[in-house]
Amino acid sequence: MSGFTRHRRSGQVIANFTGFEAELLRSLASQLVELLRNEAAVPRDQDPFEAMMDFSGPTNEPEDPVLARLFPTAYADDEEAAAEFRRFTEGTLRDGKSQAAIAIIDGLEDAGLPPELTEEGLHIDVELDPDTAETWLRSFTDLRLALATRLGVEEGDEAFWHALPDEDPRAQAHDIYEWIGYLQETLVDALTD
Amino acid sequence: MGCVSAASPVEVEPTQTPDEITLTARPWVTIVWNDPVNLMSYVTYVFSKYFGYEKKKAEKLMLEVHHDGRSVVSSGSREEMERDVQAMHEYGLWATMEKQK
Repeated sequence: MSGFTRHRRSGQVIANFTGFEAELLRSLASQLVELLRNEAAVPRDQDPFEAMMDFSGPTNEPEDPVLARLFPTAYADDEEAAAEFRRFTEGTLRDGKSQAAIAIIDGLEDAGLPPELTEEGLHIDVELDPDTAETWLRSFTDLRLALATRLGVEEGDEAFWHALPDEDPRAQAHDIYEWIGYLQETLVDALTD
Repeated sequence: MGCVSAASPVEVEPTQTPDEITLTARPWVTIVWNDPVNLMSYVTYVFSKYFGYEKKKAEKLMLEVHHDGRSVVSSGSREEMERDVQAMHEYGLWATMEKQK
């Protein structure tokens, strides 16, 4: 596929995916939604009754490293302020990120991706208005952060990944990470065109 | 309240230079940190889109993040900076806030 482009006349952002690619994106977006909902976004170390009565939001950094990266600590030197910030923002941020991932799933399914991919040679044409395209762009960031955190991607380590044998699952995951990076690059171009 | 003899609501040390006065009025900063994941083009896009910075300024800040490991991307009141940090997290950038030094 050639990534995203902006349709000159309509201003819509368009892309064409193979059934396999669309299925892969849907699967990653679904996993992100699961992860965002999984680890309870409530304060830990609380009396069970208090915990049930407390709807305000978490105050501790998430244990899962992906979530910790998606919701960084806002105050480096002030634990109390950081906990307050988290209490008031993390719930909203979690919702926003899972809605963005759901927008990808919905977009692909609206464009014809069936619940289960059986047909060969299926192509999915997506056409997004600029706002929806930005939502996809943000969610691609979350997906790349998630994959990179799981893989342990570091600055300037491309040679390491490219030297891995093809059958290494990390090599395959890194290829997917790079592919979403490519999609994201073309999407930024399409939006700033 | 009700006192008309104060010429200014802000007490300004007469020895301060105009620059220092500006600093005092914008006491908090939002810092974006480098990470190995986010694309240079995307970070520039976020700075122009969210802060409304011109492309040149957005690129300069992005390069600071990339080369220096961090960049101060906005300054203002504590509430304003909390909004900016939250927005940066929404975009997946690694942002923190602190009192202006």
